[in-house]
Amino acid sequence: MAEISKNLIELKHVKKSYDGKTNVIEEFNLEVKEGEFVTFLGPSGCGKTTILRMIGGFDTPTAGEILLQGADISLLPPDKRPVNTVFQKYALFPHLNVFDNIAFGLKLKKTDKKIMDQKVKQALEIVDLEGFEKRSVNTLSGGQQQRIAIARAIVNEPKLLLLDEPLSALDYKMRKEMQLELKNMHKKLGITFIFVTHDQEEALTMSDKIVVMADGEIQQIGTPEEIYNEPANVFVADFIGESNIFNGVMEDGKKASFAGSIFQTVDDFEKGKKIDAVIRPEDVEVVAPGKGQLDGEVTSADFKGTFYVTFVQCGNYEMEVHCLAHYEPGTKVGLNVIPDNIHIIPYDEALNHYEGVLGAFDENNGIAVKFADIETYLDYRKLYPSATVVDGNLTVNGETLVTEGVKVIAFYNPEDATMSDNAKEGLVSGKIISFYYIGDHYSYTIRSASEEDYVVDDEYLWNQGDTVGVSIDKDKLQYKLAE
Amino acid sequence: MFKFDRKQLAIPYAIFLVLFVILPLLVVIYYGFTDADGHLSFDNLVFFFSSSKTIGTLLYSLVIAVVVTVICLLMAYPVALILAKGVYSRKHSFLMVFVLPMWINFTLRITALKEILTLLEGNLAYHQFANTIICMVYDFLPFMIMPLFNSLTKLDDSMIEAGRDLGATSFQTLIKIILPLSVPGIISGITMVFLPAMTNYVVLDMVYNSTYIMGSLIGSYFSSYDWNNGSIISAILLILIGLFTIITNRLAGDGERRVS
Repeated sequence: MAEISKNLIELKHVKKSYDGKTNVIEEFNLEVKEGEFVTFLGPSGCGKTTILRMIGGFDTPTAGEILLQGADISLLPPDKRPVNTVFQKYALFPHLNVFDNIAFGLKLKKTDKKIMDQKVKQALEIVDLEGFEKRSVNTLSGGQQQRIAIARAIVNEPKLLLLDEPLSALDYKMRKEMQLELKNMHKKLGITFIFVTHDQEEALTMSDKIVVMADGEIQQIGTPEEIYNEPANVFVADFIGESNIFNGVMEDGKKASFAGSIFQTVDDFEKGKKIDAVIRPEDVEVVAPGKGQLDGEVTSADFKGTFYVTFVQCGNYEMEVHCLAHYEPGTKVGLNVIPDNIHIIPYDEALNHYEGVLGAFDENNGIAVKFADIETYLDYRKLYPSATVVDGNLTVNGETLVTEGVKVIAFYNPEDATMSDNAKEGLVSGKIISFYYIGDHYSYTIRSASEEDYVVDDEYLWNQGDTVGVSIDKDKLQYKLAE
Repeated sequence: MFKFDRKQLAIPYAIFLVLFVILPLLVVIYYGFTDADGHLSFDNLVFFFSSSKTIGTLLYSLVIAVVVTVICLLMAYPVALILAKGVYSRKHSFLMVFVLPMWINFTLRITALKEILTLLEGNLAYHQFANTIICMVYDFLPFMIMPLFNSLTKLDDSMIEAGRDLGATSFQTLIKIILPLSVPGIISGITMVFLPAMTNYVVLDMVYNSTYIMGSLIGSYFSSYDWNNGSIISAILLILIGLFTIITNRLAGDGERRVS
């Protein structure tokens, strides 16, 4: 049997921590097949370069293993790995000319002079810089240096080529050109490529497989089409392309209610399930007022070359629409979306749920409770509806209830929490690590110093990285007993 | 009205420059090329290159300078490399430890070092050459570490990683990448050590090394009121130093250009 779909590299349970406390990479699992073009895509600081460096051998994982054709290479030094890297800033050796840069790896392997000349020549042909052997690398343009860096890597015929944001220093046109060339090179050479970028367009153009990362974790693995059309969560929907995201609830018969209307969808979830609905701006059809599922008024229309970015205010909700026609702001329009173009993401039930533990009961405050960074009191009726207070003790059916040490789950709705720019105000303080626009409000994720995440809805725009205080009304905190 | 011009700020130094740099230089050149009676003469120049005493002193100075420079370089390079590229998060504090002695007057430091050497050797007079070298190395080491550290800190880590990535062991990376790319630092370190080592006769005096080096040779002529021979040696030394500086600057310039 032909082993065409053999795994070249596997990462198993890889973790990385620099300070021993916080993991920059959490439980990373990935398989890359031979000959694939895989892209790690994510915002800066998501850990994509760290993964690449661990595969290249410049960092060692804190836990887990990296298998290359079945053998663990996670502790091998870089020079013992059949892997080559194209560095972000090229890292060409300034004291060597083009030929010596490219031949660097071959010379170390004591390659025969004739074969070496031949290989360097071929590598230069592949990157389209024939005859550049004698040039000094400092006289080359950014694009040419990039090509030499690629030639220097591929001349060693690695099993795996790592590319760390190699196009980020190039201008727009050059980048487009290099994207196509890299893709062609990948086809021609048959080498497995792992490409790191924060540019979603670049990832969609080039890859066989995209690994979307955020916050040290894989958000989704899939083909460019899957990632774009079926985002696994709100982060992916927001990060890849433009999206309209709305909070909503499922109704009967694959219908979903969101953005102030009810839409037919193709996704089947139980009635009452909380969801996020994702609609791509180019999938919204503009029709005459009153003829669509939503009615609204155009608030702005900006020309973007091939389409107009048009914002339509539908009641409280704002919808971004990419349309070919120009609508003056103030125009009343109707909006239609076909069921196929509504992507439903079930709401992550784990968000804003925290394991906690109860303390003692006292008549004035209620039961003490501790969860995440929060210490507060709860009304005993929330957990024990049948309990009564007898002589200052909680009593159920005549027996005194001991609350100390009882495990509970605390949770709240994001709309019940509020933010303030006074970090000392409120129950906890933390930094805004990400946010999305959801139709009529923003959804913020706030991370406290102890690495707990809190999701808060707010209608105003805050900045990523802001330190804020989070308040949750004591009465709005909900509790259930943990199983 | 008094108009204040920025150029006027340069006046104090200009006066200093004329009085204490240009004028003495002219005096040195005048004395170097005249005889005791004040007539133009090349006898001093001829004497320098024909006397075994002066040529011997020049060679001895060169030997001391070369040995001191080589030892400084060999000792300083690993230190600078570890400080600049090691895992220490507080490398600048570590650097301070090595550079701190520079703040203490060097005669004081050598007086202290002499005590240690006496403890080890008994009588310092038995190992004049070795003691001279030890004291000079001790004196000049920080001047070698600083430029090396600066040049290695500037070296992009991705260069080293690229070397490893292309199959070089850490030793091969050192020889083929780190060393060539730190040439500007090496050259400025050599300049900082080699030239002072040729003339610093105070160190020799302090460790009872009675052999002359260039500095003491000049001093000996001047103290016997032979202004003419003393001046010509000073002038020759000045030319040697000038040539050395031009050559090393050119080399360092090449290095800089290649690295940037």
